[in-house]
Amino acid sequence: MLAHQIGHYSLILGFFFSILIIPISIKNFNKKNKIIDNKIFSISFFQFFFVLVSFFGLILSFVNSDFGNETVFNNSHTTKPLFYKISGTWGNHEGSLLLWLLVLTLFIFIFLIKSNNQPKKYRILTLLFQQVIIIGFFLFLLKTSNPFNYLFPTPKEGLGLNPILQDPALAIHPPILYLGYVGSSIIFSSSLAAVVAKHISTVWAKHIKFWILVSWIFLTFGIMLGSIWAYYELGWGGFWFWDPVENVSLMPWFCLTALLHCILVLEKRSTLSSWTIILSIATFMLSMSGTFLVRSGILNSVHTFANDPERGIFILIFLFILILFSLIIFFLFHKEKDQKIVKINWSSKEASILFNNWFLMYFLSVVLIGTVYPIFLDVLSSEKISVGPPFYYKLIIPFLIPFLFFMSIGPNLNWIKSEIKKIKTQIVLSFVISLLISFVILNQIGFVGLINSVLILVTFYLFFITIKDFFLKKFKNYSQIFSHFGFSLLILSILFNSILSSEKTINLKVGEEFSFREETIFFESIESIKNENYKSIIGNFKIKDKQNNFLQLKPELRIYNQPVMITSEADIKTTLYYDKFLVMNLVKDYEYFNVRYQVKAFMIWIWISIVILVIGGFLSLFQRSYEK
Amino acid sequence: MKNKIILSVLVLFFTFCFIVLYKGLNNSNIYVPETKIEKTLIKFNSTDFYSGNKISSDQIFVGSEYYVLNIWASWCVPCRQEHPKLIKLSKNKSIKLIGLNYRDNPKNAKKFLNEFGDPYFMIIKDSKGMISVDLAAIGVPETFIINKDKKIIKRFLGSLNEKSLNEINLITK
Repeated sequence: MLAHQIGHYSLILGFFFSILIIPISIKNFNKKNKIIDNKIFSISFFQFFFVLVSFFGLILSFVNSDFGNETVFNNSHTTKPLFYKISGTWGNHEGSLLLWLLVLTLFIFIFLIKSNNQPKKYRILTLLFQQVIIIGFFLFLLKTSNPFNYLFPTPKEGLGLNPILQDPALAIHPPILYLGYVGSSIIFSSSLAAVVAKHISTVWAKHIKFWILVSWIFLTFGIMLGSIWAYYELGWGGFWFWDPVENVSLMPWFCLTALLHCILVLEKRSTLSSWTIILSIATFMLSMSGTFLVRSGILNSVHTFANDPERGIFILIFLFILILFSLIIFFLFHKEKDQKIVKINWSSKEASILFNNWFLMYFLSVVLIGTVYPIFLDVLSSEKISVGPPFYYKLIIPFLIPFLFFMSIGPNLNWIKSEIKKIKTQIVLSFVISLLISFVILNQIGFVGLINSVLILVTFYLFFITIKDFFLKKFKNYSQIFSHFGFSLLILSILFNSILSSEKTINLKVGEEFSFREETIFFESIESIKNENYKSIIGNFKIKDKQNNFLQLKPELRIYNQPVMITSEADIKTTLYYDKFLVMNLVKDYEYFNVRYQVKAFMIWIWISIVILVIGGFLSLFQRSYEK
Repeated sequence: MKNKIILSVLVLFFTFCFIVLYKGLNNSNIYVPETKIEKTLIKFNSTDFYSGNKISSDQIFVGSEYYVLNIWASWCVPCRQEHPKLIKLSKNKSIKLIGLNYRDNPKNAKKFLNEFGDPYFMIIKDSKGMISVDLAAIGVPETFIINKDKKIIKRFLGSLNEKSLNEINLITK
């Protein structure tokens, strides 16, 4: 009860401080001195501090199962394990918005401390723009989704957390993803501030690169965690379903990846400044639209959480105010003429970065159209359609080929201009090697279609080029080598995963068996175990392969008590070459079970390659300090 | 000049997006599970809220053309908003309004009724929540319209509003 009160009041106090910052910074902005007033630092700290206290208040309310709090009542239950009581704090609409706010206030505070070598006007403007966002979120939280709504009479028991959200990967997935989303808000405010303060320069590019990298790392990692969750918990046996909410996290990722490369061009060649700003604005707008699409319930998907139109309208209006605001600032203050005109030679590094930016924008628009087109169609013609994976495959896969090609060639070109003749034999040699390797592989697995074959070829090309760079290149850019290597590995594993995987679905009774490829699967027995907040039914399966090796798999059905819900936990045996994935579901009565057996090739490599990709990003954070 | 044109085109474009999304928000896409129309009500046993006497569903659903079964609880916040609508509905003479008190503390429930009024013809208890499961109810509040043949002809998820009230009055006319 106490925690609830403290949480509520410190949230209001935090709001008070966030408003207070505005007049003080404006006053400071007009002063002639070159340093930021210490008051601003302390108020910004208090703003963060009170949101933090409020967040802990909510966590404590969850831990103590204080059902007088509406959020706790709706999302918790006394029999829930402590870990999920805590993660339940951000596993719901109100709590997750409080987390957004927490990260927003934390990031602006860190930004203020970290940016002390930048001009004062630029820093204060960034703070002001960021405060606009923060105040918007405070209002949203306090007005439409207060996590501290009070219930009387106090209910004895809560309604429980959705069981599919009770998973370790998902407990950390939202915070990590939010760090990425919110990081993009700093990029947004800072690029607008740089436009107004006329601070778009190589210095700025170097400085903002840190935030771009941080957001990119968290966003990439967050998307991966979500995907791992979908694979292990949803039991559909895939890692990406082109579900609208997944797409919504992918769109800012495309934008941020483009920005990450574009900022390098700005840093080295001081050109593409307008493009950089547009990307910075777009990244945050896409993150916000993501929040809108997920939180308003306008989309139908596994992730639709809050179905309150009032909330949707608030975010929608806020989003469009921000869009208008940034458009006006961009057109009013940004003058391309101030920049010297730099010609870009087609055989230079910046040219291939630019090409790939275009491709990323193309992928982005495909995903964007696939995601929002059904909404538009529904409103304009009341026709309901859903856009499925084939749409994305058809439109994205062919264009990955030139994309991967430029990704391999680009890093081996020089800035400004490279002599074609000087492009070394090594590059041609890598191409020959990859041609041979893909030929051998295709011979083994059989013809997989023209586009797939060419795609395998270029992916191998990128793969070998990065390996060659790693060992032979004189000036090594490790972060680029790692990320590009990780990306080629990712595409390779996804490709072979989709080509080589196979599955079988069958209805089985205890004691029956079935054969699949060269294996036999026995359904030996079922047992039932009672746990604290669920009852589980475990199936014992034995898989015998060609060499008479036995493998035991135990998929599980969990029947949760609060709320009553059945989830199926797949049992997965992972090796470096394939995952054996077995999941069962109830068929009406308890006699027959629907059993789905899948052999998924190179599954683990998908996660490994994303980790390598992220490591590449990390390395870049450290490389930055070497350059100084 | 060129910039101004681009700016206005962009503003127009985003305004269009805004309008479409705004409209999209009002298109409710809350998923309502299709209750098979005219599904017969399952027989169940319960206890009367006030007297505590055992009572079966056959004894409850007698002597009227239509019945409205409303699932409520004192701890349920939307139920408070819904309550005035139920009081309005209780003036409709062609229906019997039956309350199903879901997993509630009787003391709190009585306090709730004293405070907001009792619109129900009869209240039955569902202290373990089993009847609601039999009804395939999704949450509290939830409202079913049942005809004299004990068939569920309509259900409403969430609190009743003016629109649903009109609909009920229309059906039971």
